[in-house]
Amino acid sequence: MAVDEGLQSELQKAGVFVTSVETLYNWGRRSSIWPLQFGLACCAIEMIATACSRFDLARFGAEVFRPSPRQADLMIVAGTVTKKMAPQVVRLYNQMPEPRYVIAMGACAISGGPFKQGYNVLKGIDRYIPVDVHIPGCPPRPEALLNALMYLQRKIDGQRLTGTDKVRWYDETDPAEFPVPEFGAHDLEPPFNRAVWGPQEPIQRGAA
Amino acid sequence: MNIETLTRQFPQTAWDVHTRSVIVPHVCLLDVVYFLKTDPEFSMDYVSNVTGVDWLARKEKTKGPDGKESEIEKPGFLEVVYHFYSMREKRGPVILRCRTDDRENPMIPSITPLFRGAEFQEREIYDLYGIRFSGHPDLRRILMWDEFQDFPMRKDYQEPDDYEWEPTPHDEVLDRAKQHYAAPHP
Amino acid sequence: MIQSITDIPGSVAGEQPLYGPRSYQVTSGNDLGAELLEVSMGPHHPSTHGVFRMDVVLDGEVVVKLKPVFGYLHRNHEKLAENLSYLGSMPYTDRLDYFCSMTNNWAYAHAVEKLADIKAPERAEFIRVILAELTRLVNHTCLAGFLVNDLGALGTPLLYAFREREKILDIFEAVSGGRMMCNYMRFGGVRVDFTPDILRRIRQIVDNYPRFLDEFEKLLSANEILMTRMQGVGVLTGELAVNASITGPMLRASGVDYDIRKVDKYGIYERFDFRVPLGDHGDVYDRYMIRILEMRESVKILQQAIHQFPEKGDFINPGVKLRNFRPKAGEAYGRIESPKGELGFYLISTGGVMPYRYRVRPPSFINLTILEDMCLGQKVADAVIILGSVDIVLGEVDR
Repeated sequence: MAVDEGLQSELQKAGVFVTSVETLYNWGRRSSIWPLQFGLACCAIEMIATACSRFDLARFGAEVFRPSPRQADLMIVAGTVTKKMAPQVVRLYNQMPEPRYVIAMGACAISGGPFKQGYNVLKGIDRYIPVDVHIPGCPPRPEALLNALMYLQRKIDGQRLTGTDKVRWYDETDPAEFPVPEFGAHDLEPPFNRAVWGPQEPIQRGAA
Repeated sequence: MNIETLTRQFPQTAWDVHTRSVIVPHVCLLDVVYFLKTDPEFSMDYVSNVTGVDWLARKEKTKGPDGKESEIEKPGFLEVVYHFYSMREKRGPVILRCRTDDRENPMIPSITPLFRGAEFQEREIYDLYGIRFSGHPDLRRILMWDEFQDFPMRKDYQEPDDYEWEPTPHDEVLDRAKQHYAAPHP
Repeated sequence: MIQSITDIPGSVAGEQPLYGPRSYQVTSGNDLGAELLEVSMGPHHPSTHGVFRMDVVLDGEVVVKLKPVFGYLHRNHEKLAENLSYLGSMPYTDRLDYFCSMTNNWAYAHAVEKLADIKAPERAEFIRVILAELTRLVNHTCLAGFLVNDLGALGTPLLYAFREREKILDIFEAVSGGRMMCNYMRFGGVRVDFTPDILRRIRQIVDNYPRFLDEFEKLLSANEILMTRMQGVGVLTGELAVNASITGPMLRASGVDYDIRKVDKYGIYERFDFRVPLGDHGDVYDRYMIRILEMRESVKILQQAIHQFPEKGDFINPGVKLRNFRPKAGEAYGRIESPKGELGFYLISTGGVMPYRYRVRPPSFINLTILEDMCLGQKVADAVIILGSVDIVLGEVDR
């Protein structure tokens, strides 16, 4: 239920600002995304570089890196997620309050990247938690992270609080806790979360 | 520094020309290491690198003196390689190799009592190769989790079957793709 | 014949045993009847420089037991490299110690050159020295920034450090095409030649670096809070450091003169005139100062290298066939002085396209051997800066 843009600008000339609660709410949320201070590997250095001099993440209101997941809105999975680390990543994600977002930064966080064939490397964090934005690159440049943040801001802008397409976290049946994998004798158990990730259907030769 | 002093002192050891190292049986490993550390001719006070190697049993073709090709079976073994240097005298390296052919329960004496620097490296070898070090103060898995049961750096390690679709499967991944798809992947 | 630990004569140095299981007894006069507190610091902890865990047992605020737990970034570098060609492992070495990809490349190239008996041309050696010393500047500057960050000086010094880092990364990008992951060295040389303009840009940075160091030191080195927090904390004696295979600036802060650039004289380091700074006390402050002094020496090496840089020459040995590279059967252990310490690569070749055994001797992993000894009896807040002064990068610790 956005306000008519023509009317909005007419009123603005008269010194009256009209907006909807939804727009104001989303504007507030997108302008102060607090990321979790959480680095895994090489990409974390580029994440720090993004927050430091020259690139200056503060321009997007996202410079407040919080060490505690309870105060964070955004988890930047920056680097290779190993099987030994995956339960902790899921646990941190579970501890974050809604609304929460995940950026998978770099090839390793997306799919395992160059280390995909390793016996201790998780083939993508999207096996256990839902991911909002993927950034390709090994490691992605700081500009790519800034772009991902802007992309996430646009995504937040488009989220509806009411109606049939309202955001999922107001739904009581929405899973707030994702199952944490356990260490098994040979692999993590389970190796992926079926509710979030399913392997692609086998492609038969001659089909399609 | 003459390596012959070492091989003369310990007749059980053997000089391997090919790898320029000394092969030491594990009964006298600690004696040899202690000798290297204290003998003024060597005074190896610094162990730089301790690592494991897995040599699988393999067949090797050799030419006999009569020109006939014959195949000999070379037995496999697990090996620990030590690189010693001297920080005081700034010389080295002396390379020791200690071998065991027992794959089920390999046991080699730990040199951690003499060199603290070997502590984590021996734990790593135990973790990845499964070689146990007798006399190690704290022998636990170091890189993998405690519940893990395999020894992944061994050459015959089997990865858990964790197939994921790839646009261009090749080698092992292609083999796994074939197992997971009724028809081979196009 | 030595059968067990007790048979070893005279291996006990002083009162404190160098080896064996420690007995964890509370000696700090805790008469309140308080219980010991077990704290798991990490793997998600803002000060542990990545995913590293310390299981700490505290008596009040005093550390009585500390066990490092590794493996949260174990990416199977060695296993992957044993299934890759020799050249194919080169990009993976970038990701070992992701602050110093140039020196990692060099260490690996050095080991392969030893294995296959290749010589790099003079111009390539100069390029390598220049880039390796720039890497040392990046690493030590960032370390100083992070160390002070651990101390609670959030922001400012780290921002200064990263400002300088970006300038040097620009050089790396111009040279190799990658900011962090350079993948620049090759067996017998480097991948592409220096562009004509690049030496001027490097000289500009090198000439301005002492001024930055002066500014940085003015801000930090004589700072009273910093001195109180760092001096006398985490003392490591030279004897124990040698026994525990500590290398790099940490060893030299304990007063042991061992720099592989001087000892092995690999590359062309014998042509340059530089000194090896040594510490007296072996505490955190010494480790910090050693790094600052090493940066000043690096600047000296850089100035000489730029001055002597050959006008013409090959940047790679033309006789080396990089694709389908098959060294003869044998083995080699190549080591160089990386900014963290002795970085070695141990390669066994059986004559095939892939190394049979590929081992990285990671300096920051082995430097952590002694972490517990340095932290015992210190406050938990000091354990954080002691860890910071060891200078670890988890990509290299766990590999």
